[in-house]
Amino acid sequence: MFNPIDLAFKKAKEENRPALLTYTVAGDNTKKKSLVILNAVSKYADILELGVPHNTPVADGSQIQTSAYRAIKNGIKIEDVFWIVKRYKKNKNSKPIILMGYYNMIFQYGQKKFLEKCKKVGVNGLIIVDFPWPENKSFTKKCKRKSIYLIQLLSPTTSKERLKKIIKDSHPMNYFISMLSTTGGKLKVSPKKIMLNYSKIKKINPKKNVVIGFGITEKSIKSLNKADGLVVGSAICKEITNSIQKRQNPVTNVANLVKKLKNKIL
Amino acid sequence: MKLKKGIPLIDQGNKLGFWGGKFGGNFVPETLKKPIEDLEILFNKLKKDKKFISERDKYFKNWIGTPTRFIKLENLTKYVGGAQIWSKVVSDANGGAHKIYNATVHCLLAKRSGKKIICGDTGAGYAGKMLSMAAKKFGLKCKIFMGAKDIERQQPNVRAMKKNGAEVVPVYSGSQTLVDAVSECMRFWVANCDTTAMCVGSTVGPAIFVRICGWSTSQISRELKFQLINEFGSIPKKLKLYNCVGGGSSSFGFWNEFMDYDKKQCEFIGVEAGGPKKSKKHAAPLTYGSKIGILHGAAQYVNQNSDGQIEETESISAGLDYPGISPLHCFLKDTKRARYTAASDEDALSAYKLVTKYEKLRPSLEPSHAFSVAIKEAKKMSKNTIVVVNSCGDAYKDKKILKKRLGKKYV
Repeated sequence: MFNPIDLAFKKAKEENRPALLTYTVAGDNTKKKSLVILNAVSKYADILELGVPHNTPVADGSQIQTSAYRAIKNGIKIEDVFWIVKRYKKNKNSKPIILMGYYNMIFQYGQKKFLEKCKKVGVNGLIIVDFPWPENKSFTKKCKRKSIYLIQLLSPTTSKERLKKIIKDSHPMNYFISMLSTTGGKLKVSPKKIMLNYSKIKKINPKKNVVIGFGITEKSIKSLNKADGLVVGSAICKEITNSIQKRQNPVTNVANLVKKLKNKIL
Repeated sequence: MKLKKGIPLIDQGNKLGFWGGKFGGNFVPETLKKPIEDLEILFNKLKKDKKFISERDKYFKNWIGTPTRFIKLENLTKYVGGAQIWSKVVSDANGGAHKIYNATVHCLLAKRSGKKIICGDTGAGYAGKMLSMAAKKFGLKCKIFMGAKDIERQQPNVRAMKKNGAEVVPVYSGSQTLVDAVSECMRFWVANCDTTAMCVGSTVGPAIFVRICGWSTSQISRELKFQLINEFGSIPKKLKLYNCVGGGSSSFGFWNEFMDYDKKQCEFIGVEAGGPKKSKKHAAPLTYGSKIGILHGAAQYVNQNSDGQIEETESISAGLDYPGISPLHCFLKDTKRARYTAASDEDALSAYKLVTKYEKLRPSLEPSHAFSVAIKEAKKMSKNTIVVVNSCGDAYKDKKILKKRLGKKYV
């Protein structure tokens, strides 16, 4: 299957740097503004993760929760999320889009209908936080048929045996959770330790791209730059919150932050 | 979808933890897969271990105080004038509610696994209070997550938790009630599962927590079976077991030993929280036909909107104020083994008034829901029908609400 996510990694590798992945919540702080934010960060980021806000997020820390609740309060619906992606993909410089969310939203929409809609609007990948392997096995196959990557999450608690099985069933991109934490936690393990765990995962199948996320900020991003890709989420959500509080423009502030992040890994 | 006989219901799930092929499961972040698997291995081993069982029974007997009373409510029976109304006074248990069984077992498991800290969620504050008691008893550090709204309305239990040395963490997200407390507790466990054990306060959450809780509260029906035979010589020909249902831990424990009896002989009636009469909000997903969804790691009937956002609930009783329901109860509903209905806030308050008027019993607002339906239905039943209501909590914690709604003399 062809997926522009592969191209994004390839391009970053040619430039001898990790791919930069950003995470923002769809509808934060409004439907239109979140679209403008996606357009603005496209200049610097390689892959964009778009959070589908859910009101019982069991793996998100306070920053992303705040963004998600703000979006829901502003009336964002699943159809609006698709609208944002559709509009974004009309942008000539658009990047691959990964939707990230919780399984109940997909379950209610219906797996088949959800994937058809994703395909139609141009979603390239999915991360479903509370739908782990092996529960997601058959869904993984359905995604493949639509050329959409289902990105498997790998954690420091995942046993070696389990890692092998998950990676065997996985698509060409996986996501390593840097530490035991919800999103946006303070990096409580040394980058060296993270990279050690990371290399163990890479060894299982070096061909598959593995990104690292959770706890990555302007401060820590450089120390992890040997990874295939790095995800920054909570730091961006926090920037949006701060901008709103200071009555500044979240779009320019977020774009500046992502630009700085990019410069750190060049 | 069918119940199997001769196999405990908690063990009737499939390999992935689904009852009836669709309720329950493990919809959890990857990080929790390993600690959940570890807990499964430990529990499956220990529940067959005679030494562990006798250790559990020792604490149940000497510390929790078993059996709790089984009493006839003579005056209420006379007033109602139908079936005989009895009560299993589970609030006799140390701490004043059934939550002590699950808390004790979780602390015993935590000790065996070498964890030093235990975290838990609470709504009415009972699960938290009991966990803080058990943690203190077994020398574990304890952290309790509780919605800010519940902290406000269940002060006596909050004070008890703090007195037992637990840290009570207020949760300000969402509706600031039980649903948010469970989410926050799970988040804490995601970040600290290497050092900390988690106790889910009811028969909800990932499958292993449903099983451990159901296994623990089943003590209630083990005692009741013995007490019924003692009283009537055998299990009565017409037995009706009424219990309130929030997450579903007390009702499951109250029914478990009677699961294999024909429902014509031994009927289970679960009473959900219908919320205020004038409000559209409720905490009764089974009664009002909510759709299946995923909440806190398990597939279940849950109050939600068409997008899959979990809906806010409303009930006078914090212990029943939960949008979902145990996968075990979803299974019991769809197999038609149990019948579910709802009582409103007002119904529960009138039942509380009636019970306390005629009997020396003070059921908390949760079992008052069950009393409401039991009293209504008992009227139309024959004298040889035995109605048993699980009085699974004491009203001491509801002082503030009762005073406000019914006046001083009811406190």
